[in-house]
Amino acid sequence: MREVAIIGVGMTKFGELWDTPLRDLFATAAAECLEDAGVEREKVQSAYIGCMSGGLFVGQEHLASMLTDYAGLKGISATRVESACASGGAAFRAAWMEVASGMSDFVLAGGVEKMNDGADATYCLATAADQEYEVYNGVTFPGLYAMIANAHMEKYGTTPQMLAQVAVKNHANGALNPKAQFQMKITQDTVLGAVRVAEPLGLFDCSPVTDGAACVLLAPVEVAKKLGKPIVKVIGAGHATDTIALHDREDLAAIPAVGEAARRAYEMAGVGPDDIDVAEVHDCFTIAEIVCSEELGFFERGKAGQAALDGVTALDGAKPINTSGGLKSKGHPVGASGIAQICELTLQLTGRAGERQLKKKPRIALAQNMGGSGGSCTVHILEVEQ
Amino acid sequence: MITPRYHREIPQRYRLEGGKCTQCGEVHFPPRAVCRKCGGREMETVDLPRRGKVLTHTTIWIPPAQFESQKPYVVAVVELENGVRLTCMVADAPPDEVKIGTEVEIIFRKLQSDPRWEVLQYGYKAKVVG
Ligand SMILES: [Zn+2]
Repeated sequence: MREVAIIGVGMTKFGELWDTPLRDLFATAAAECLEDAGVEREKVQSAYIGCMSGGLFVGQEHLASMLTDYAGLKGISATRVESACASGGAAFRAAWMEVASGMSDFVLAGGVEKMNDGADATYCLATAADQEYEVYNGVTFPGLYAMIANAHMEKYGTTPQMLAQVAVKNHANGALNPKAQFQMKITQDTVLGAVRVAEPLGLFDCSPVTDGAACVLLAPVEVAKKLGKPIVKVIGAGHATDTIALHDREDLAAIPAVGEAARRAYEMAGVGPDDIDVAEVHDCFTIAEIVCSEELGFFERGKAGQAALDGVTALDGAKPINTSGGLKSKGHPVGASGIAQICELTLQLTGRAGERQLKKKPRIALAQNMGGSGGSCTVHILEVEQ
Repeated sequence: MITPRYHREIPQRYRLEGGKCTQCGEVHFPPRAVCRKCGGREMETVDLPRRGKVLTHTTIWIPPAQFESQKPYVVAVVELENGVRLTCMVADAPPDEVKIGTEVEIIFRKLQSDPRWEVLQYGYKAKVVG
């Protein structure tokens, strides 16, 4: 396998972008990415694009063709990748494999979702759960994470204040990200006093409904060096799946696909959780950041909530998580989120993260992207050559 | 309109029928074509026990349209006496009555009244015992 580098990143502003159609979201992120890479579009050989549900959100499928055309890449090999909210991470993995295998030198990994276009987002998102045996019986997507939260609270004593602190922290980071949907700080009281969605989760425990796109360009390290680029290498990649239904998993206070994807990525990279300087963790709900941080090995089981309260995961903490604002504050255009995580980490590793740049420039970073209630997960580990 | 998809699930939703692998005895709900444990492909229909306990739960305040008239309502993951698990609503229960460990029985109820559908949809719910 060849070593692979990320040589360019691009993303749209995330938010309710009523005036921008799906195709232009992707085209804009792709153009920004190629400009950042300094690579002409004629060089791009292939693209993998994560999108959860063009069909339900905007009534459009066959996206690989349309999106590459509108990005000025008509004719290249292109594939749309779907794994619910982990579609972006899965697209990144496919693009990485195509470069690593020697098949192609310049491959675009993208993600896009247009969620504000008149469709019922609650219904669309619920298709990531078991339609016949979960959704039919009245459970919603927040409801599944609420059940994980109650199980975690019962088993480990995790509190609503701990959950709230995840939201407070991610909004503080998002306030420093000009591309975030919500650039505003919030308090514990805002979170705890918000309208209830699914107990114990309120509105501010949930990521928003977002439009947006993100792209990264991959190339072999040898090619990247010739271009004189800072070398951000993909040193580990792990992918795992699990039952789609939450009730079929033994421990409801855990998300085992995350732990398994992480184990595979750590093994390939030859690093462990303590080596990670910064991470983007899939915080579709506040409880998800807590459980996933534990699965990633950043904290012992049951200790991630306290770590959030203690500021360990804050921008100036020992283990900064979701410096971008996370899905919570940056926004969660489901198919794009996994790629946007890689964009943020690449910016942090190359010292280009603006106001939210970590004081001590990180060397190794981890991105964790998850589908459904944990039925699929990707973990990627990046390292910048000093 | 009753769709083929709805019709297909009736044995599970109305009668709580599971599928038992004739090779290793693993019980699946819903039944599966291939045994998750041994890969066996021959299944026999079994009735699942009606009693179980709550493993986790939530109260849904913002439901999809077809459940709007029932909000707020409790949803739980229930483990039946033989270890089979399912997700269902807890009928007639005030939220604070349902806890992890609460004993329930599975009953037959109306589930949804989707304005887009012409018929009511039925299935199983849990009911707190005692
Ligand atoms: Zn079997």
